[in-house]
Amino acid sequence: MSGEHDHELGFWRKYVFSIDHKVIGIQYTITALLFLLFGFTLMMVMRFQLAYPGTEIPFLAKIFGEGNMPGGLMLPEFYNQLGAMHGTIMVFLGVVPLAVGGFGNYVMPLQIGAPDMAFPRLNMASYWVYFLGGVIMLGSFFLPSGAAQSGWTSYPPLSNINPGQTAWLFGMVFLITSSLLGSVNFIVTIIQLRAEGLTFFRLPFFVWAQLVTAFLLLLAFPPLEAAGVLQLMDRLAGTSFFMPSGLVVSNQVLDIAGEGNPLLWQHLFWFLAHPEVYVLILPAMGIVAEILANNTRKPLWGYRSLVYATIFLGFMSFIVWAHHMFMTGMGTTMSAFFQTTTMIISVPSVIILTAMVISLWGASIRYTVPMLFAIAFLPMFAIGGLTGLPLGLTASDIHLHDTYYVIGHFHFVVAPGTLMALFGGIYYWFPKVTGRLMNNMLGKLHFWGTLIFMNVVFMPMFLQGMHSVSRRLYDQTVYEHGKDVQDLTIASSWGAWCLGIAQIPFIINFFASIFAGKKVGSNPWDATTLEWAAPSPPPHGNFETEPVVYRGPYEYSPPEDPTGFSPQNKAPA
Amino acid sequence: MSSAEIKYIDKPHPLTGVTNAKLGIWLFLASEVMLFGALFSAYVLLRVGATSWPRGSDELNVPLATLNTIVLITSSVTMVMSWASLKLDNFGKFRRYMGMTIALSLAFLVIKTFEYTPKFSHYEVFLNDKTSVRGHLGEKHEDHILFTPDPEKDGEHAGVHPEEMRIERSDIRRLTNFGPRHSNFFALYFTLTGLHGLHIIGGIVVNTWLMFPGSAMWKTQRERFTGRVECAGLYWHFVDLVWIFLFPLLYLL
Amino acid sequence: MLDSLYGYWLPPDISTHGYQVDRLINVIHWFMGAIFVGWGIFFTYCLIRFRARPGHRASHQLPKAKASKWSEVCVAAFEAVLLIGFSMPVWAQIKNEFPTEEQKPLHLRIVAEQFAWNFHYPGADGEFGRTAPELMAADNLIGLDYDDPAAADDLVTNNDLRIPVDRPIICDLTSKDVIHSFWIPVMRIKQDVIPGMKIPIWFQATQTGDYQVACAQLCGNNHYNMKGDLTVYSAAEFEAWYADMAGGDDEEEEEEDE
Ligand code: HEM
Ligand SMILES: [Cu+2]
Ligand SMILES: [Cu+2]
Repeated sequence: MSGEHDHELGFWRKYVFSIDHKVIGIQYTITALLFLLFGFTLMMVMRFQLAYPGTEIPFLAKIFGEGNMPGGLMLPEFYNQLGAMHGTIMVFLGVVPLAVGGFGNYVMPLQIGAPDMAFPRLNMASYWVYFLGGVIMLGSFFLPSGAAQSGWTSYPPLSNINPGQTAWLFGMVFLITSSLLGSVNFIVTIIQLRAEGLTFFRLPFFVWAQLVTAFLLLLAFPPLEAAGVLQLMDRLAGTSFFMPSGLVVSNQVLDIAGEGNPLLWQHLFWFLAHPEVYVLILPAMGIVAEILANNTRKPLWGYRSLVYATIFLGFMSFIVWAHHMFMTGMGTTMSAFFQTTTMIISVPSVIILTAMVISLWGASIRYTVPMLFAIAFLPMFAIGGLTGLPLGLTASDIHLHDTYYVIGHFHFVVAPGTLMALFGGIYYWFPKVTGRLMNNMLGKLHFWGTLIFMNVVFMPMFLQGMHSVSRRLYDQTVYEHGKDVQDLTIASSWGAWCLGIAQIPFIINFFASIFAGKKVGSNPWDATTLEWAAPSPPPHGNFETEPVVYRGPYEYSPPEDPTGFSPQNKAPA
Repeated sequence: MSSAEIKYIDKPHPLTGVTNAKLGIWLFLASEVMLFGALFSAYVLLRVGATSWPRGSDELNVPLATLNTIVLITSSVTMVMSWASLKLDNFGKFRRYMGMTIALSLAFLVIKTFEYTPKFSHYEVFLNDKTSVRGHLGEKHEDHILFTPDPEKDGEHAGVHPEEMRIERSDIRRLTNFGPRHSNFFALYFTLTGLHGLHIIGGIVVNTWLMFPGSAMWKTQRERFTGRVECAGLYWHFVDLVWIFLFPLLYLL
Repeated sequence: MLDSLYGYWLPPDISTHGYQVDRLINVIHWFMGAIFVGWGIFFTYCLIRFRARPGHRASHQLPKAKASKWSEVCVAAFEAVLLIGFSMPVWAQIKNEFPTEEQKPLHLRIVAEQFAWNFHYPGADGEFGRTAPELMAADNLIGLDYDDPAAADDLVTNNDLRIPVDRPIICDLTSKDVIHSFWIPVMRIKQDVIPGMKIPIWFQATQTGDYQVACAQLCGNNHYNMKGDLTVYSAAEFEAWYADMAGGDDEEEEEEDE
């Protein structure tokens, strides 16, 4: 798709082992979209067991094997594998690679007017290391031990004694390495390679979001890597970092040294995984900010406060991790600290959301397909954020912790939230990548289907959670309270399957538009940021002449400019 | 290829004052600090929660480790010298110092191997009556093992080699060598020094590359090559620094 | 018998402290609802009023929006109230204000395992017999040392928790294998059970009846089925049951319960 100019490179160097950030961005995007689809498919299969527990679907036995689904009946261990892998794939192989590896790689260098990433070869390496990590994760389904089945959080001692975990750990080591390489590259690129005149406060908000995200990845992932190393030692070298003395499994005392600490893992894990949720959401906010400014035709309200809020969010996200551990027997001092930081961190989120909504005031809103997704992001993220409050306060968390309420909460952030933003981003930047627009009708169909069914899937979960249904249950009807709300589960499952169907217009649109979409020029949305100053698709090296920046990122509808918008690189009259 | 090239590859950025590679290596080291920081925290947490913790100097080979500390510090010095030689345009000297750095790193690994190996053939038997015996394992049988206890360190029998003895399996609670599975102390010892060792191996690979194939760049882009050696040096000093923390933590405290 | 108890919101609350948990949950949800509705009205209004249409142009000028600062400050202030006024006191009560011995609490040990809850009652002497991991076996799930005199009248039940109403219960939670989470939804009590740790909790029931104990933390294949029965007896019923059981042969009791 790119690089008409470099005839000297062969097919392999041009499309497979390319060092062009745009090709790598596309590779990331396609791979991550496939993983998202796969992770979602796992969930659609699980949703059948949840809605109709114990029902056999014989043809699934053929797909997944008699060992996992004898006669088409899902076994609990297989359910747990699907659950753990759904979480892992969605987070580490789907959303982050799409938001950072895909969008970040493709768009960020263009937005800062750079010819490429600072370290193109390293960039290629991070993609391929990610790819290998993905292969290991997927391949683990075919190992005799099966895939990991201790949840994406992999709490020991369960994960120490469960099969499948070793492959997960090796896979994670690859994914972590890939993220670390990527984040170094992103930070250096943003700091060093901005075009002339592009000061920090003239950066598009998307770039800020990527910068903070990269810092989070850089500093939060190593502790998980450390935890992974320790768990590998526990599993392979017989140590007991996470296992206390006197463990008895099936009434057999384990032959271990003991004296380990299961909570050590949780601390190290959540030290990563809380910042990770901001890694999932910040790039989405960045995308939404771009689309909002472009389609409201006016500057973002409170650009500076957005930036400061994001940086503050980044800092704070390192000191809230133990709000995931309130039920581990935490005393009053620790819990007071983590409740307070959690309440504090909600403030910048409120600021960001407020700034985005106020940006609508005085606008002239074009309801393009990307804009629909960006707009829908706002209330969905609001629901996700608000429902975090009762989980961040210990007293209410007593009832809600580890229930479907939690599942509803974070999915509203990452699925109707982040995924909506990512879809919006795809519609928005598609013309930059291909030179063609995606189809409007199909786009709207996709939008409404997705918005409605996302809510049908996840809304019932709040009520289920209120109603005491634990998460990660293979069959909730064994509990009386589970039987009570089984109809909600069935509704949610049908929602998930319809959500799957709602993606068909997108898939058709995506592939058809590559070849048959309406051809457009380099700036179809009348946008101001630098990526639109490059040809569509941008050639190798991106810009025909090195861009120079004269103004802030969102100079829409300035009174002095009759065209209605002033691109950042337009020389002042 | 179209016009633009990636900037600040060999010259520092006017505002930040560093090249891309140097900023990159500093960021990488920041993440390494988080990695070892997390492991050190794990050490503290496990040690605080432990019912008993051996003194490193009783269990580990302090003389060898001291030797290794000296070896590693020297290698840091030669690393600086190799970079300085490039600065002074003396490629031959660079090679010599780089060669010394690599040789010292290999020496570190060899000494480490001497430190590791005996641990795996040295055993401890924990008996049901809460006592334990250290020594070397003889034949293993269905219902018993043969075991040669270590000579006592002090007391009246100090230095006397005890006879091989028979221990009933039914009396044994746990039998383990002094590998990682022995106890959290040894688990941490092997994990931390092992991970550090992997960093050493990484450094050797990079330095060897810089010394031989990578040095071709010296002819074409001197500044860039010097920058690379400097970055490798920063990494090497970091690895050295980690050891400076590990040494007292594991061997002395 | 239970379905009528559970509505679509919170399950019934039969504990002395639970009303505070429920109150906090309800207050937060009203608060969330208010924010969301207020915010939603503004949002929808903007979407309609500022739609692109012929003759309408976006203004480059940014609104002053003083109100937004105030709404942010209000949200933050309200959060502070929730935190300090509602959440922290409940937590302090649950964690620190254990019933005193004057209140004659019933002491229990709860031993979790894959995939069952074992309840260890001290019996008439009020003392728990010694337990040890080495003694754990299929017919002695908690590894009780029957040579210990204190163990003679101990009672161990499996997935069957019976407690008296209106009397404080203090439990020590331990796990044999992996992390579980002891949860009685109607009692508004949830506590992770972590191997290697002994975690005390307390609660007090206000109503008799039959309820369920759940495991809230993924603990393996049969996690979903790790449920126990909770029976809240009147004081007299409980004493009768307890005397009957603890006096008899408890091994037999255990089998009966499996
Ligand atoms: C859009 C379609 C999606 C559906 C229908 C869906 C559904 C679910 C459901 C029902 C569960 C609970 C499973 C259980 O308790 O056994 C779950 C768990 C989870 N989901 Fe999703 N999800 C979706 C998308 C996502 C996305 C986009 C992400 C992350 C970025 C994600 C991350 C997770 C995680 C981390 C878990 C927890 C897994 C665990 O328990 O270990 N999901 N999902
Ligand atoms: Cu968190
Ligand atoms: Cu359990």
